[in-house]
Formats: sequence, C-alpha cells, structure tokens
Amino acid sequence: MNAPENPQAILLAGLDGDNTWGIEHYIKRGGYSALRKILESGMTPEQIIAEVKKSDLRGRGGAGFPTGLKWSFMPRQFPMDKYVVCNSDEGEPGTFKDRDLLRYNPHLVIEGMAIAGYVMGCTRGYNYIHGEIFSLYQRFEEALAEARAAGFIGKNILGKGFDFDLFAHHGWGAYICGEETALLESIEGKKGQPRFKPPFPASHGLYGKPTTINNTETFAAIPWIINNGGEAFQALGKPNNGGTKIFSVSGHVNRPGVYEIPLGTPFSTLLEMCGGMRGGRKLKAVIPGGSSAPVLPGDIMMDCTMDYDSISKAGSMLGSGAVIVMDETTCMVKSLERLSYFYHEESCGQCTPCREGTGWLYRMVHRIEHGQGRPDDLDTLDNVASNIAGRTICALGDAAAFPVKSFIKHFRSEFEYHVEHKHCLVPVDVQREGSRIYVEHAAC
Amino acid sequence: MTFSLNEASRAAIDREVAKYPEGQAISAVMAGLRIAQEQNGWLTPEAIEAVATHLNIPPMAAMEVATFYNMYDVKPVGRWKITVCTNLPCALSGGEQAAEYVKEKLGIGFNETTADGRFTLKEGECMGVCGDAPAIIVNNTRLCSWMSREKIDALLDELK
Repeated sequence: MNAPENPQAILLAGLDGDNTWGIEHYIKRGGYSALRKILESGMTPEQIIAEVKKSDLRGRGGAGFPTGLKWSFMPRQFPMDKYVVCNSDEGEPGTFKDRDLLRYNPHLVIEGMAIAGYVMGCTRGYNYIHGEIFSLYQRFEEALAEARAAGFIGKNILGKGFDFDLFAHHGWGAYICGEETALLESIEGKKGQPRFKPPFPASHGLYGKPTTINNTETFAAIPWIINNGGEAFQALGKPNNGGTKIFSVSGHVNRPGVYEIPLGTPFSTLLEMCGGMRGGRKLKAVIPGGSSAPVLPGDIMMDCTMDYDSISKAGSMLGSGAVIVMDETTCMVKSLERLSYFYHEESCGQCTPCREGTGWLYRMVHRIEHGQGRPDDLDTLDNVASNIAGRTICALGDAAAFPVKSFIKHFRSEFEYHVEHKHCLVPVDVQREGSRIYVEHAAC
Repeated sequence: MTFSLNEASRAAIDREVAKYPEGQAISAVMAGLRIAQEQNGWLTPEAIEAVATHLNIPPMAAMEVATFYNMYDVKPVGRWKITVCTNLPCALSGGEQAAEYVKEKLGIGFNETTADGRFTLKEGECMGVCGDAPAIIVNNTRLCSWMSREKIDALLDELK
C-alpha cells in the first residue's frame, strides 16, 4: 500500500511492502489462524455466532444490520445446499474501501467467508466483484487458487472433514447489482433486477437455496473477532457500533483515500487524517455514507462522530462509510444534478415510480441548473421524491429520493437563487478552480 | 457477419461454467459475453448467439444480459474504448474536466467514435475508485488513476 502504516487498523494492518496479497505474506501475518483455531478446537457454529453477536459487528455494505443476527437466520442444521455470498460490487458513488481489501488483503476475505461457510453449513460460496475493477477479480481468482492449493478451501479443509469451495463472479457495469437480490439474479445469469422480499435470501436465495450475503469488509472482520474475541472487537468501537470501519474519503480534501478508524472517531479527526480541506477552503457539506445518504451541512458534520448512531441522529446514514467532502466552491444544484442523473441511468426499470420518477427528478434538477427552473419546481421535486421513496421493490428508489430531499432541505436558498437568477451563487470559474484536475496528493 | 468462438474463448468459458452447480451453466453467461467481446471487440448478435449456443441457453437470455449491463458493447466501438468517470466524487477532483480534455483532444463527444475507428469515448458511472480521480478505464479492464492532462496525453499517444 502507499498509505503510511496506521496503528489503528486491523483489517488493513501490516500491508506495507510488496505482494501483501499473496498467501505467504498473509500467513506470515497470522493469516488463516482463525479458521485453524475453529476447526482444531471444535468451536461450534453456535459459539461463533455468539462471539459475532458480542462483537456488535454491523453490516459494512450500507444497511448496518447486525451480522450475528443475520447469520442466526440461516437454517444451518438442515443438510441441504446453502450458499454464502460476498458482495464486492462496490459502485455506490464515493465508495472504494472494499477495493483496497481485495487489492492488498484478499485472503482475509477468503478466510472470513470460509468461517461463515462453516458456521452456516454452506459448502459453496461466491464473491461477486465489481466489473470495473477487473484486475482485482483476476487477483482474487489467483488468491483462491493459492488457498485451494494450501488446503484452506476445497474438500476436507485442514483434514477436519469440512468442505467449502469458493469462486469469484464478476459484474459488468450495473450499480443495481449491489442490491443483494439483484446480485443473486446476476450470479444466476440474469438481468440484475431485485426480487420481492420476503422471501429473504436466508430462506430463498441463490438458486432458490438458503443464502447469506455480507459485504466484503464484514467478512474481513470475522477472523479478527475469532482470534481476539467479540468483546475485544466491540471495545475498539463504541456500544452498538463495534470495531473499526474503513472509510473512503473523496472530494475536496488534500488526501482522498482509504482510512480505517475505530467507529466513534470524530469526523474532524478523519478530516485531519485526510490532510484537511484542499487549499484551506471552508467545508460546505458532506455526504457521510455514499451518494444515497442524505447530505449534511459542514457544521452539523463537524459535531458528528463516525459511527452508525451519531450519523443517524444527525439525519443521515453511515452507509458504506463513503465520505464525500464538498467545500465552499461547490454548487449544490450541479452536484445534485449529477447524482440524479446517476440514479436515472442506473434504475433497472422494473418499478414504475423509480423508472419514471428518477427521470423526472433528473430533468427537473437539470433545468434548474441550466437556468430554466420554475418557482414551484422545488415543491414538485420534493413531492416526486416522496412518491418514489418506499414505493419500489428495492432501495434504489429511496436512494434516488434521499439526496433530492436532503439537498433541498439543507440548501433550499441555493436552489431558489438558481431559479430566480438563472445561474449559480458560486461563480463558474470558482467552481472549476475548486474541482480542477487534482493529482498533487497522489503517489503517481 | 459470421462469428465463432475460438478455442481459447471456448476453453475460458468452460472454466467459468465449472464454477457453478450442475445444470447452472447459464450463470457463466456474464463471463461468456465478456470473453466473446474480448475476442471480437464488440458483441454482434452472432457473438451473443454463439455464447448462448455454447452454454445451451436461449439466445434471448444472453441478449437480455448483454443489453442490461453497461460494459457490454452491443454496438461497434473503436479499438480503444475510453471511459471517463464524471460522477460526483470524481467530478470534485477533476473528473469532468478530464472528460472535457479527452473530448477536446479526440474531437468527439460521449458515445462517439473517432473517424479512424481508433477511439470511442464513454461517460462512466461509479467505478468504485473515487480516490483515484480523475479515473479512466480503457477497454473495460485497464484502470488508469489520477489522470492529469499529461497522463491523458501519454495514454492516448500509447494507444495506437
């Protein structure tokens, strides 16, 4: 990795140097000891689930659902085909944390998935990897071959009679496949269109069989929990928000990148780690959990700590931990226009409110941005957004609505200014200077 | 236009099929279409049908997948497909200006191909590499990070 060693990291720890993704390096760092511990000590699935529950580990993909509870939903005692699936389809704007796990520490994910397979009685797993990071799909396939050759996946793992095989499946450019049931459809070789729930994947998942889907970072946390205990993991964070979390910070900071910090760390500390605001400019707004999370004004954000409960109390979501930072040069209308275009482009077309509504949202924000807004547009936008949210099969509709509602809620005067004056409060050249091609920070 | 999967493509698809349970060869359609696209440059209806035939699935099932996912090219593209991400996180660090620069250099807009058939330009949605902005992907698989004007110049020069 090109980031300095971070003493607070556990998932991205010890990754300085070359070929950290190889199995040799992983084993030298203590890798596969959790899987070995479980199989050699005969730790039962119930004991492992109890440890994971104690850890307060919550799903790292966005929803923050308690992992131990999710695992307990699986009918693990029934001898039938069951699957464990990893969601590495990381395409929520602002999110690029799982990429670093796959890039530098793929065996950690493999070990976490193998343990999950053992707990839930699954004999097969798939890791669904975002198509745009194809070289990491190839790297993951190499890691799988190494793990298979070393006897950590496959038949009769470590000679203990446990069978679990694992494969990689790549996406090919569809944001919606990050939705867990769309992802399952995609592995089944279909269009990635989400399924009605219930039935939930734990009873009717991949190929109609019980399936548990977790995010890459969630699986990656499991080996540490097994080695150090659920309570120790919990103690790294704060109550109900156990452990460390990997944040991916983008936008107007001096060092955009990936930062693993304990949950409960003040936002101001994270901002400092990123080298502060670019050009020393003033913080205007932050989207704290990926583009679907409601935007928060900078001063509210500066009072938050980075954990599920604090961000939720402030009116947004920790989501995937994708922190998009915007400074005073940012036009909020233009920013919302780009996000609205994204949701319109990526709507799978299955549900009318989302298929049609995301287009309406985009076209209305587009016309406000381009000086053709009408005074009643803001209320119409809010109305359309409200009529999408909660009326679709999956959360993409909500994800398209939340930015619209929150941008208007917190920055209404800026939208009104656009409608009235036909242009932005922030001069275009100031916007361009704030967002010019910025590569100074990068080790490139 | 006729199309047949070459031996390397067929072998690659068979390796994909082996990842899935018996009777679920259809799961390999995504990889199959990717492999056929790599062989042919873009997915002609014949290429899509060849993948379907190889997997023993209805051609329409493969066609649905090919037209649903953005990285399959069901229309001709240039030798080099340049995809620039302009989504918000990238735009805040110059993604949009990088796209403008590529447009200016190539003299084409998004979804257009240069007259010599060398480049096609696409607007990308989130590639999951926002910290590397401006980010460009060449022919779906080669990621180029932190694309300053100088690096864009060098990249376009390199792609003959």
